Amino acid sequence: MSQEVTFTIDGVEVKAAPGQTILEAAEKAKIYIPRLCHQKDLAPFGSCRICTVLVNGRPQAACTQPAAAGMVVENECEKVRRYRKNLIEMLFVEGNHFCMFCEKSGKCELQALAYRYGITAPKYPYMWPKRDVDASHKDIFIDRNRCVLCGRCVRASRDLDGKNVFQFVERGERRRVAVNAEARLSDTDASVTDKAVEMCPVGAILKKRVGYNVPVGQRPYDHKPIGSEIENGQSAESKR
Amino acid sequence: MSDALESFVRKTCAELGHDRTRMMDVVRAVQTQFGCVSNAAMNLIARELKTHRVEVESVVSFYAFFSQRQKGKVIIRVCDDVIDRMAGAELVAKAFSEELGIGFGQTSADGKFSLEWTPCIGMCDQAPAALINDVVVTELTGDRAREIVRELRNHMDPRKLVRRHGDGNNGHELVNAMVNNNIRKRGPVIFSPTNRGEAIRKALAMSPAEVIRAVKTARLRGRGGAGFPCGMKWEFTRAAPGDRKFVLCNADEGEPGTFKDRVILTELPDRVFAGMTIAGYAIGAETGILYLRGEYAYLRAFLEDALAKRRAEGLLGKNVCGKPGFNFDIRIQMGAGAYVCGEETALISSCEGQRGDPKNRPPFPAQKGYLGCPTVVNNVETLCCVTKILEEGPATFCEYGTQGSSGTKLLSISGDCTRPGVYEVPFGLTVTEMLKMAGGEDAIAVQMGGASGQMVPPKDFGRKICYDDLATGGSVMIFGPGRDLLKVASRFLEFFIEESCGTCTPCRAGNVLLKERLDRIIAGKGEPADLPYLEELGETIKATSRCGLGQTSPNPVLTTLKNFRPLYEALVKERPVGLRPEFDLQAAVSAAEAIVGRKSVHVEA
Repeated sequence: MSQEVTFTIDGVEVKAAPGQTILEAAEKAKIYIPRLCHQKDLAPFGSCRICTVLVNGRPQAACTQPAAAGMVVENECEKVRRYRKNLIEMLFVEGNHFCMFCEKSGKCELQALAYRYGITAPKYPYMWPKRDVDASHKDIFIDRNRCVLCGRCVRASRDLDGKNVFQFVERGERRRVAVNAEARLSDTDASVTDKAVEMCPVGAILKKRVGYNVPVGQRPYDHKPIGSEIENGQSAESKR
Repeated sequence: MSDALESFVRKTCAELGHDRTRMMDVVRAVQTQFGCVSNAAMNLIARELKTHRVEVESVVSFYAFFSQRQKGKVIIRVCDDVIDRMAGAELVAKAFSEELGIGFGQTSADGKFSLEWTPCIGMCDQAPAALINDVVVTELTGDRAREIVRELRNHMDPRKLVRRHGDGNNGHELVNAMVNNNIRKRGPVIFSPTNRGEAIRKALAMSPAEVIRAVKTARLRGRGGAGFPCGMKWEFTRAAPGDRKFVLCNADEGEPGTFKDRVILTELPDRVFAGMTIAGYAIGAETGILYLRGEYAYLRAFLEDALAKRRAEGLLGKNVCGKPGFNFDIRIQMGAGAYVCGEETALISSCEGQRGDPKNRPPFPAQKGYLGCPTVVNNVETLCCVTKILEEGPATFCEYGTQGSSGTKLLSISGDCTRPGVYEVPFGLTVTEMLKMAGGEDAIAVQMGGASGQMVPPKDFGRKICYDDLATGGSVMIFGPGRDLLKVASRFLEFFIEESCGTCTPCRAGNVLLKERLDRIIAGKGEPADLPYLEELGETIKATSRCGLGQTSPNPVLTTLKNFRPLYEALVKERPVGLRPEFDLQAAVSAAEAIVGRKSVHVEA
């Protein structure tokens, strides 16, 4: 087994095990690198690009870039913050996100990222796409208006549930998550206990009848900014 | 029909060994045979390839040449790139549409014809052009378009439209094309004579390491645009652990304005295949794949024939050229209308029978490429250079070009010039020299490197074409007096929006936003603050995109902003306080006006 490597994030020395990504190493060192498509237990995907950092001055996705000895990583510089704000705003305007009546409000990672980055309204014009809702399944519904195409459900269903319920179809602006049936989720073998259902960072895949079990105002991000659990050393790992 | 479909899918999948990684071939066969890949077909393919239905749908819905809806027996695809439009593609399109009685994106009620736009089909030197099924028609006019439709109504066989052959191998019975090569300048590397088999024999007399050293000594850099040192790429792949390795040739020539690979594949396929074989020997591969863009399907039979002849001569197959233990063969993988597949990791995805989404890097293809094995992906022209280097030695190759850019480069020159076509020039040529050569001296701008390249202004025409100055994969588009460069930039963005795979946020959403603001400026509704807005947005897309497509897609806007800023400044203006320039008061009240039946009185902004 090869040696641990040492590199810096915003001047702080960080150690990484061989093969670890910048994002994983940062997390161990209680440094939060914002992310949306990345989720522990899932293969890195590198699609949202919110975890973009500068590595020796060059932009790289922290979730896919392996840590290497002597790297100089910038996570909180003005440039990186600007990129991230722009990306978060792009995600807001390309979908139809109405936080005020979304049942995911307060535990939505996209909303929480916007709060963390001080975004109150996007500078980009809304695109108002027409997207489908699929409420056919008895326990689960899909609202594609809120989908950010992070692919967590795709990866979780394939790699954790062994089911391949979800997959991307079409391309570009028309890219969307489809289900493994001619049209409806109810025609697949999706189950409310699937990991894929838990993994959605936004309100695109939700369980029916439990939306308000935790009242608005008492939800995780109503009180603490996203990422604070990592900065306080209570990573997702230690919570489980 | 459904029985026919089922037996066809079964037979096709069986022929390919029920191999899921050959899904592109299965889907393509079904599309060709039945005019669509229906729900039933997708279910059958999933069953026969032992995969999930949604995996098939993800492939079918990704590629422009596949369709879930029924297409006409004859599909007319009019090329809509900038150069074709400058040459009158819109008039041609109108003629097709009127004569067929259908609009674009539609299929005639009798199921005979479909009419579509398609991005650059690699015929800018003979624009306007169109694909009619696999048949290429060029130098179209409105009259010719009408004539084509009338003729097709008679026999419904696009192949019968070929009435005169283009030059060179376009007249070969297996090519049978009206396409012209338009080789305007032959240089010492690509378009110079070689002795068949000599390069391979010389390579096989050396050790693989010596072959790599020769390529490194020649300082050969990738001709596709990125310019990565070829020898280094081979060395990494050779050194990477793995029992199986692969050589992929990127013949997905999709960069708007590029067509030099089309000419190489028509005239010098053996040199490409020799280059692939040498690469295979150097890295330790037994299999090569030529990824041929769907638009060049008319070359497929000819290329297959060239491969068959090589096998018969012992230049491919077991113990190539009698070299014990060196086995190498090549197959052709057809693309199906997706520009992003020219990106090497997307090309690998496509060869694996998946949608053409690029992969994360690292790992790089040299470590984990096709089927997870170490893989070299080289451009068509790069492989031709390899053959020449091995035949004549690296020193001869280095006699041409500059220190950082050895050898020659093929340029595909089109647009406002009197001699469009393919030119083989030594690196280091200036833009001015190039314009003189092609008869485009009055250019107001030159787009260097295709849509993803840069718009070069006249004050920079003294710059040199080479990796260290003006790099290009070969596309050169010339714009003469009177051309609207902002509209050109907008067309390029439209292209990227259509061709983005949509995986990453900045490329998927950012380019749409970029075009929205650019079009607003073009419409005279922009304000000065829109210029830094475009720069900031463009910078974010470039910096954060996942692959080369997004990393270069803002270039048309950013380079026109940098080099042609007065064009933007002339269109934007400050608005009176409180009025948003994009808000059209007249449009907003028009619905109310219609209801009350009179015009409203308002102050002009």
